[in-house]
Formats: sequence, structure tokens, C-alpha cells
Amino acid sequence: MISEILPDIDRWLARGDSVAIATVVKTMGSSPRQVGAKMAVSSTGSIAGSVSGGCIEGAVFEACQDVIASGRARLLHFGVADETAWEVGLACGGTIDVFVEPLR
Amino acid sequence: MYTALHEAIIQGQAVATATLIARASEDGALPIGTKMLVYADGRTSGSLGDPGLDRRAREDSMALLEAGENRSLEYADPRSESGSVQIFIETFLPAPELFMIGGVHIAHALVPLAKVLGFRTVIVDAREAFASQERFAQADEVVIAWPDEALTGRLSANSYVAVLTHDPKLDDPALHVALNSKARYIGALGSLKTHNARLLRLREAGFNDEQLTRIYGPIGLSIGAKTPAEIALSILAQIVQVQHQE
Repeated sequence: MISEILPDIDRWLARGDSVAIATVVKTMGSSPRQVGAKMAVSSTGSIAGSVSGGCIEGAVFEACQDVIASGRARLLHFGVADETAWEVGLACGGTIDVFVEPLR
Repeated sequence: MYTALHEAIIQGQAVATATLIARASEDGALPIGTKMLVYADGRTSGSLGDPGLDRRAREDSMALLEAGENRSLEYADPRSESGSVQIFIETFLPAPELFMIGGVHIAHALVPLAKVLGFRTVIVDAREAFASQERFAQADEVVIAWPDEALTGRLSANSYVAVLTHDPKLDDPALHVALNSKARYIGALGSLKTHNARLLRLREAGFNDEQLTRIYGPIGLSIGAKTPAEIALSILAQIVQVQHQE
């Protein structure tokens, strides 16, 4: 729900921060949040919203910081046994695709 | 793009974004993150970088707005012979509205719970002392008027109505308007006895059984609720159940 995080995003933008938005764009199997769930991260490290039950937030936070720095959007994939790209997994056994983009 | 999206959301307009999130080949000319905004009436803003792709994504966005769903879709990449692009279409719909008829203690308990669940909250009461702004400072809107006046023209498939006064003078006019609308949920507070008397009155007023089955009465899921907060919880539990029914 973007309406929940809009006030935070507006506050960050007002103080001059850059912002990245992470959105769950695809899920397979059981997953804690629905497609469309969002987490916003500011360049100064503030967080609003969530994309999982906490399992992948750390990795998504890092990706948001990279995206803010590079200005380039990217698609992340998280799964149970997916240790190649990320050192995180989902305890629930599902997979989640998260799209991270700079706010423009 | 964010400014336009932000404005549509604040104004309660239905809007969708179509975002290019992946492409099969690395050399494609369409950059990841390109975005188009699609309004419910078909207007668009921005572009995915190709007119044909825009046209198809616009059509699918309008269908998803209608269904209220988000989805990742695959399209042929217009810039490559065999490749494909993945477009994420996300819909932003206006918040559902919960109309509470009666500025009573249960409405007082409903407002904060309903807000947490994403509802816009509207209190309706003809009695100013009950429906004062002060008493309902947290509500998004307080309407001091007879329920039929207040509700006429306001109810859609995105509306939820909880009739809470126990007083036929206020409850019945609200139910008349709600039953003649597309309201997604109509609940009425009161015991089974009160509810049966209410159904009799509504039948006399010309409503048929099929129409009357739309009313959830006695209101709320049966969880043994006693306090106003518990009753509010049972009402919202029922509303959430109805929200997720297809």
C-alpha cells in the first residue's frame, strides 16, 4: 500500500534526500507479502513499509542504497536455495521478485 | 512521474503504472525502469519507449484497474526479434470508504480500527451532539445530516455501510439508500429480534427477499464480542471477509 508510505517519502524529499522504492512484483509459493507490497528507503537510511516478513529487508535495503547511488533500477530475485546472488533465503519456502527503482 | 502519481493518489483517482522491469537481452534499447502512467479513463502520461508496447500495456492496465489487481506481464520486445520484455502493472485504487450511520460508541471504536485497515472513515448522524468533530476527531469526514441525504449519490462498489443507531428513524433511511446502491457491504447493528422487525419494515417498504439478503444482521462475525472495541473488531472482520470474497 503506497498510501501508507507516502507521508514518509514526502518528508524525506522535503529534507533533500534521494529515495529508492522496492516493490514486490512477483511471488511464487507461500510469501508473506502480496504483489505490490512496497518498501521505501532514503539516502540517509530511513525505511518505510516492507516487502516481506523481515527475511529479505536487509538485502533489499542494501540494493536500495546501490540504486540510489547508481541511479539504475534493477530486478532482484529471492528464493529458498538462491545463494548465488544473495546470502538470504525465505524461511517460508517461496520465491519473491523485487523491483528496486530510484524515485523520479 | 512521481508527482503525477502522487497527485492522482491524493485526489483519490484510480491510476496504474506500467514499468519495464526486465528484458531478455542486454542490448535492448528500452531501459529498465521506464514507466507509463495509465488513468482509468484511458489517458496516459509518459511512455515505455515504443508506441506499440504503450498501446498494449495501456489496454492491460485498464483491465487490471477494473479488476483491482497487480501483475507482471510479458510482451514481445519491439526492439529485438525474439526477445521479450517484462512489464509490471500496478494499480492504485482509491481507499474503500466505511460509512458509519450513527455517531455512537461503536462508531467511535470502529474509526481507528478501520483506518489501520486502509479505510476512509465517514460518520453520518443527524444529531449534532453525537456526530461532533470533537468526538470524532480521527474520522476522515463527519456529515451532520439525515442518512438518506448524506448517502444519496455517495455509495459505490467501493463503499461499506455500517448502520449503528438502533433507531429506525435513522437506520431505515440509510438502509433504503444502501439497498438501492452498489455498496459492497451493508451491515446493521441489533439483536436478531431487532433485525427481524427491521426486515419486516423494509419488506413493507417494497424491498424483496433477494435485496434484503444483502444486509448482514445482526452485524459482525460471531466471536462473542462484548465491548465496543470487540464489536468493532467483529464488524471489521466481517467486512474484510466480504472484501476478499469474489
